[in-house]
Amino acid sequence: MADRRLSVVLRQAAPIPLDVDFTCDEGEVLAIFGPSGSGKTTILRSIAGLYRPAHAVVRSGTAAWSDTGGRIFEPPHRRAVGFVFQEYALFPHLTAAGNVITALGHRPRGERRSRAADLLTAVHLSEHAGRRPHELSGGERQRVALARALAREPAVLLLDEPFAAVDRAVRRRLQDEIDALRRTLDVPLVLVTHDFEDVLRLATHLLILDGGRMLARGALSDLMSRPDLPWLRDAVGMGSVFDAIVSRRDRQRGLVELRFDGGVLLAPDRALDEGTAVRVRIPAREVILATSEPPGLSLHNAWPGTVSALHADAQADHVTVQIAVGRTLLLAEVTRDAVTRLRIEPGARLHALVKSMSIDVVG
Amino acid sequence: MDWEALRVSLMLGGGTVALLLPFGIWFGRLLAVREFRGKLLVEALVTVPLVLPPTVLGFYLLVTFGARSPLGRAFQAIAGQPLPFSFQGLLLASAIANIPFVVQPIQRGFEAIPLDVRDAAACCGLTPWQRFARIEAPLAWPGILTAMMLTFAHTLGEFGVVLMVGGNLPGQTRTLSVAIYDRMQAFDDRGAGVMAAALLAIAVATLMVTTALARRAGRRRG
Repeated sequence: MADRRLSVVLRQAAPIPLDVDFTCDEGEVLAIFGPSGSGKTTILRSIAGLYRPAHAVVRSGTAAWSDTGGRIFEPPHRRAVGFVFQEYALFPHLTAAGNVITALGHRPRGERRSRAADLLTAVHLSEHAGRRPHELSGGERQRVALARALAREPAVLLLDEPFAAVDRAVRRRLQDEIDALRRTLDVPLVLVTHDFEDVLRLATHLLILDGGRMLARGALSDLMSRPDLPWLRDAVGMGSVFDAIVSRRDRQRGLVELRFDGGVLLAPDRALDEGTAVRVRIPAREVILATSEPPGLSLHNAWPGTVSALHADAQADHVTVQIAVGRTLLLAEVTRDAVTRLRIEPGARLHALVKSMSIDVVG
Repeated sequence: MDWEALRVSLMLGGGTVALLLPFGIWFGRLLAVREFRGKLLVEALVTVPLVLPPTVLGFYLLVTFGARSPLGRAFQAIAGQPLPFSFQGLLLASAIANIPFVVQPIQRGFEAIPLDVRDAAACCGLTPWQRFARIEAPLAWPGILTAMMLTFAHTLGEFGVVLMVGGNLPGQTRTLSVAIYDRMQAFDDRGAGVMAAALLAIAVATLMVTTALARRAGRRRG
């Protein structure tokens, strides 16, 4: 499993401060999330060998790409990296096919043309193979950039803000395509973004970056259910994220039933087919805690659970409670007063109540 | 019409372009993509021939090429003839006088290539030489073309440096622009007029060809 693992250690004080240490396995999507200017792009550039920090160790599988201690530095063209740049960086004097062929130098000359055609077909651009970048729309350019990155047969795929320059509708389609791609492609994928929607849609793992420093990293659902990351609350709001499967669609009641690792939840119907895998986000502010399941409420979702952790933020007057519902960890933001009144402490058994309207379903 | 002068002029123009272009591409690209200490001074020095009066430049070159300078002595030893007042000396002087005309447009041409595009070429697995040949040079082509055109046209018209370093030897260093001056001194208005018209025609033709080529390159890129 670890034969294509990407492992990265980067440290530098100036000119761009960096202090990160992470791995990404094949099939995983690691989202590097943080505000603009936090060093996200520099991390990708360091992995590709386009930037050389003071201290760097970058390994892909068994190959050492950078090791400042061992004086190893493979130049970018000898690293099997697929890089999709923020503004796509297509070669303006070459056609879409020409752009892809440029990255096929490792293939025999006779195969390149047909291989490029296959790749352009895979990104739904076969009719535009003869067009130059200025004759393509933003979304189409993005697809050419993706096909070019895949042409390299990379051992790691790097995406730098891949949706920043396209409109909302195109963004959704591209996200779906990249998600589909990830499932067929057995390489680590590192995605840099400042938009949390990208994270929710694509990431399996998350690395939070601020001022070049890694604040936290881990599996997305683990990280999002941690009560002690105030940075996340300020940036996107606290709220647990977990995977679920559409088990039933109740068109008459306008609801959809989702099965997750802890029970069943109801959310507003969103034209999702049964069996679809979705991602669910429940904002911590929208979760109500109760000592018993109260009757006579309009609520659809009430789950019994056990308090697993508490975190009181010194600056805020509220407490973040982590509660285990089955194997899923939910977060709830409550007042200090509620903690005292309900005697909320680790091990306490409570009910978590959530309006179906408050649940974000991404899929 | 002094055909020999025309031949010397065209050879000097073509020779200057051929001699200077490899250096111009290497140096222009270096100035475009590298940051180094003293870059500002280097850029100023490159521009100096542009602002100096040609006679001043010619004077310094003559001193540098002379029999008392190491360069002059070395040339004399190898070629068996002095460097000043020879076609070779004229060619070398012309190349030095044209450095700003070739370096600056090429530098701007390479500067116009976004960093991401250069990086993308590296990430496509292209070696530095392949990146230059397949991505950078084609993209900087309009700048390279402008440099060639400016150098060629400027060499044809150069007068001060030619007279100072080359003198006025028929078939050796007498260019069309010097021949025109010569004819005027001899009150041969007709001869001067014909040659002036020829020089004008060559200049217009050079500009037309380069403009057409640059436009074609631009159209391909949108």
